[in-house]
Amino acid sequence: MNVQVKPRSSIELTKADFVSDQTVRWCPGCGDYAILASIQKLMPELGIPKENIVFVSGIGCSSRFPYYMDTYGLHTLHGRAPAFATGLKVARPDLTVWLVTGDGDGLSIGGNQLLHMLRRNLDVNVLLFNNRIYGLTKGQYSPTSEQGKVTKSTPFGSPDMPLNPMLFALSAGATFIARTFDVDAKGMQEIFKEAVKHRGTSFVEIYQNCNIFNDGTFSPIYERTVREDRILKLKHDEPFIFGKNQNKGIRLNGLKPEVVNLENGFNRDDLLRHDQYTSDSTLANLLSNFNYPEFPVPMGVLRQIKNSTYGEIIEKQINTHLEKHGKGKLTDLLRGTHVWTN
Amino acid sequence: MSSVKAPLQKKSELPQSSFPETELDKATIRFAGDSGDGMQLTGTRFSSTSVLAGNDVISFPDYPAEIRAPAGTLAGVSSFDLSFSSSEIYTTADYLEVLVAMNPAALKANLKDLEKGGILIVNSDSFAENDLRKAEYKENPLESGELNDYRVVQIPITKLTLKAVEETGLSHRDGARCKNFFALGVVKWLFVRPLEQTQEWIQEKFKRPEIAKANELALQAGYNYAITVELFHARYHVPPAVLPSGDYRQITGSQALALGCVAASSRSGLTLLYASYPITPASDILHELAQYKNFGIKTIQAEDEIAAISSSIGSAFGGTLAVTGTSGPGFDLKSEAIGYAVMTELPVVVLNIQRGGPSTGLPTKSEQTDLLAAMYGRHGEAPVPVLAAATPGDCFYMVLEAFRLALKYMTPVIVLSDGGLANASEPWKIPDENKLPDLKPDFHTEQENFSPYQRNQQTLARNWAIPGTPGLEHRLGGLEKDSVTGEISYEPENHERMVLLRDEKIKRIKNDLPPLEIIGPEKNELLVVTWGSVYGPAFSAIEELQEQGHPVSMLHLRHLNPFQKNLAGILKNFEKVLVPEMNLGQLSRLLRAEFLVDTIPFAKVQGRPFLISEIRSRILELLAEK
Repeated sequence: MNVQVKPRSSIELTKADFVSDQTVRWCPGCGDYAILASIQKLMPELGIPKENIVFVSGIGCSSRFPYYMDTYGLHTLHGRAPAFATGLKVARPDLTVWLVTGDGDGLSIGGNQLLHMLRRNLDVNVLLFNNRIYGLTKGQYSPTSEQGKVTKSTPFGSPDMPLNPMLFALSAGATFIARTFDVDAKGMQEIFKEAVKHRGTSFVEIYQNCNIFNDGTFSPIYERTVREDRILKLKHDEPFIFGKNQNKGIRLNGLKPEVVNLENGFNRDDLLRHDQYTSDSTLANLLSNFNYPEFPVPMGVLRQIKNSTYGEIIEKQINTHLEKHGKGKLTDLLRGTHVWTN
Repeated sequence: MSSVKAPLQKKSELPQSSFPETELDKATIRFAGDSGDGMQLTGTRFSSTSVLAGNDVISFPDYPAEIRAPAGTLAGVSSFDLSFSSSEIYTTADYLEVLVAMNPAALKANLKDLEKGGILIVNSDSFAENDLRKAEYKENPLESGELNDYRVVQIPITKLTLKAVEETGLSHRDGARCKNFFALGVVKWLFVRPLEQTQEWIQEKFKRPEIAKANELALQAGYNYAITVELFHARYHVPPAVLPSGDYRQITGSQALALGCVAASSRSGLTLLYASYPITPASDILHELAQYKNFGIKTIQAEDEIAAISSSIGSAFGGTLAVTGTSGPGFDLKSEAIGYAVMTELPVVVLNIQRGGPSTGLPTKSEQTDLLAAMYGRHGEAPVPVLAAATPGDCFYMVLEAFRLALKYMTPVIVLSDGGLANASEPWKIPDENKLPDLKPDFHTEQENFSPYQRNQQTLARNWAIPGTPGLEHRLGGLEKDSVTGEISYEPENHERMVLLRDEKIKRIKNDLPPLEIIGPEKNELLVVTWGSVYGPAFSAIEELQEQGHPVSMLHLRHLNPFQKNLAGILKNFEKVLVPEMNLGQLSRLLRAEFLVDTIPFAKVQGRPFLISEIRSRILELLAEK
C-alpha cells in the first residue's frame, strides 16, 4: 500500500452505490444486463469498501462491464485482462480483483493469458461470459461455437471443434470451477458468493444469450419448460439426480457415466455423488464432459480445492528473504562486493 | 595508442621479478575458444583483476546464440575482449595485442583482429586433424607458416592441465575443463597480475571442493609454466589509471539497469514490479532483480512478452513503479500495450536491449536498429519519450531519468540499450544515494471535482489516483476519452483535441531537460552526432583527432524524443554533420526531418560496434573533402 486510506467500512453500501453514472450500452435484451444486476446486488453484501475493488476486463461486449460498476476499473487490451490483473494483484494484494471476459477474449486471443493465470492460481474472480459468438465484431463464430455453425465468416459452417471452458480451466489446474446462466438470478448469486470466498482463481462460466447474433443458443438447455430435465444442479455430497420428477440419475458403468431412470430398478445409492472438494480431478473431469443432449449440463460448483495462490507464494518469498537478510540498503547494493578508491 | 610492439628490450628493473617488464599505457586481450571452454568466465576474472589493479577497463563479450554449437566449429566460437588502460578509455581497442585461442576455430575466427607482431597463445593440444577439419583448415596453421607475422606461443594446455589436476582424482573430462584457468594463469603472469583474488573467487564459486582445488591447481600451473619455460621475452605492466577520485566498482549495462530500478524504488518509496519474458540479451535484468526481494522489488516471469508489459501496466494502475524489459522481437510484441499506456497515461518504463534484427536476427549481437520502432512503432498517434544509454554505467542514470519522466508526465518511457552495453563492463563511480533524484509520486487523494483526466497545466500530466483511495473510483481504458470528464467519447473534435494534448505533453518534456553539452568548439567544420553505445568508439576517435588539431566536435544524445532545446541551434553552427549509427541512418533521418539539416549518415550494421579507426577515417575523409 502506498497511500494512507480510510476505508469507508462504516458506511452501509447499497446496490445503487455500485451503479456508475455511465449509460449501459449493451443491446436491449442482452443477457449481460442480468449478470451486471446480479453483481451489483451482490457487492454490498460482501462488505468490501468499494475503493478496494477493481474490475478488469479485456475487449468485447462483456468487457465493457467495468464502465458500469462504480468501483475502480481497467478496460484493457483484447485477451490480456489476466495479465493486467496479475500485475495489479501482485502489486496490490490488498485489492479484490474481478476479471470479466468472454469466449472470444478469454479463450481465443487471450487463451494463453487465461491459461497461465489459472495455473498460477492468482487470487481473482473470473466471470467468463460465454455466448458462443463474437458480438462486438457483429457475428462471427467463436471458440465455443458448435462445429458446423453458420455465421458471417463461416457461410458453409464452422470447421472448428468447440473448446470446453470447464475442461480448459481444469487442465490448467484451476482450483475453482463453476458454471451458471444469465436467466438464473438466484443461481448466479449463489455461485458468485462461493467464488468470492474462494482463495485463488475462481473461474465461473456464465451461459449468456446474445439476442442479436446468436439468439437462443442455450435455450434447448435452460428454457424454463425443459430446464429441469436438461440441467444437473450440483450440490456437494448429493447424488446426481435431475428431471422434472427427480426421477433420473447418473451412475458410473465401469468407467462410463450413464443416465439411469430411478423408477427402473436403480436407487440413490447406485448414483454418483458430488464431491466438489476432492483433490482428485476425475469427477470434475466427468462433469465437465457432460454435454447436452447425452447428459444434463451441470450447473454449480464443479470443483473447489485448496492450493497456495500466486500472491501468497510471492509474499512468502519476500518475507523469508527479509527475515534472513533484513531490509536491503541501497548504498550497500550500489557498492557491490568489490570496491576500490581512486 | 600503445601496443606490445613497444621495444621488447626495454628493461624496467622491478625488484619482484627477474624478467624485464615493459610498461604499457594500455593493452587489449581476447580470450577465444569453444562455447564450452569457459572463455567468458576467464575474461571476467581477468577484468576483475585489472579493475582491482586500478586500470580503467572496458570489456566486450561476444558469444554465439547457440548454447553449445557443435564443439570445435566456427559457429561455436565464444570470445571475451578486454582493454585495460592507465588512462580513461571509452571502448575496447580496434586491435588486439594478445589473442588466446583455445582451438583452431577460435584462431581462424579471431586472427584478423590481432595486430601484426602481437602475441598469439594457442592450445597446441587441440590442433589434431579432426580439430582442423572442424575449423575448415586444410593445413595446420601452426606449421604452414601463416602465423609468421605473430609471436606464437604454443602451449599443450590440455595435457598440462590434466597433469596439474591429477591429484584431485577428477575424471579426464572434468579435469580438462580446468584448462581455461591454466590459460588465465599464463596471461596473469604475462601482465604481472596477482593470483590471490582469483583463488578466493574460485573458493567462493565452486561448491565441490575437488573442482575448486583443480581450478586453483590449473591456475597456479599456468602461472608457473609461464615463469619456468620462459615463454615470453618480457612481462607487461599497465600502471593504474587516474580516474576522478571516488569509490569505484565494476558494472555491466544489465547490472546498471537493475540497480537503477532498485534505486528508483528507493527514491520513490514505491514497490517496483519488473515483469519480463526471457529474451537475449535482456534476461540478465530479470536475473538480477529477482534477487532483490528485500529491496521492495517484485518480479514476474510472464508467460509471454505481451503479458509482461500488460502486467507492468496493471501494476502501474495499482500505484507501483512499473517496468518491463525486452529486446527487438519482444519489443514488437509490446507495441499495442505501449499504445495502451499512452492512451491511459500510466507511467511504465520499457527497456529495449537492442540486438541484431529484423525477426530473430542476431540474438547475441548488438545493433541500434530499433530507434524508429521506439519512435513510431505503434498504430495511431502515440508519442513516447525515448532515452538511450551511452555506456554500461550510464544505464543506471537513464533508468532513473526514465522513471522521473514517466511519473512526472504520466507516460510510458522507452529506454534503449543494446547487447553490447548490456554485457560490457566498465569501472563505475559509485553514486551517493542521497544525491539521486527524488521520485516521490504525487498520488491524487482530493475527492472534490475529481476527474482522472484533469491535468497539471504545466506538464499536462493527468491525475494519478490509485485503487484504495476512497471517492476516486474511476475506470480507465483504451477507448478515446473526453478531454474533460475522462469518459468514453467518440466525438471528432474531442479526439483531435486529445491527440494534440498527448502530443503536446511529450513535447513539453523539452522544457525539463538540461541543455546539450558539446564536446569541442561550438562552431566547427564537422560535428559528429551520436547516440547509444557509439559514444565509446566515437569519443575515443574524436578525442584523439581534437588533440591533433582537427576541426571536429561531438554531440552525444541521450534524449531522442523529445530532443533537447538547444540541438537546433548547435546543428546550424557546423558545415557538416556526421551521424555514425549501427543502423541505416535512423537518427540521421530524424534530425533531417526535424531540423532540415543535411546530415551525413554513416552506417555499420554487422552486429558489432564501430572500430575507433572506422570513425576516425570517415571523419578525416570528410574533413579532406572541400
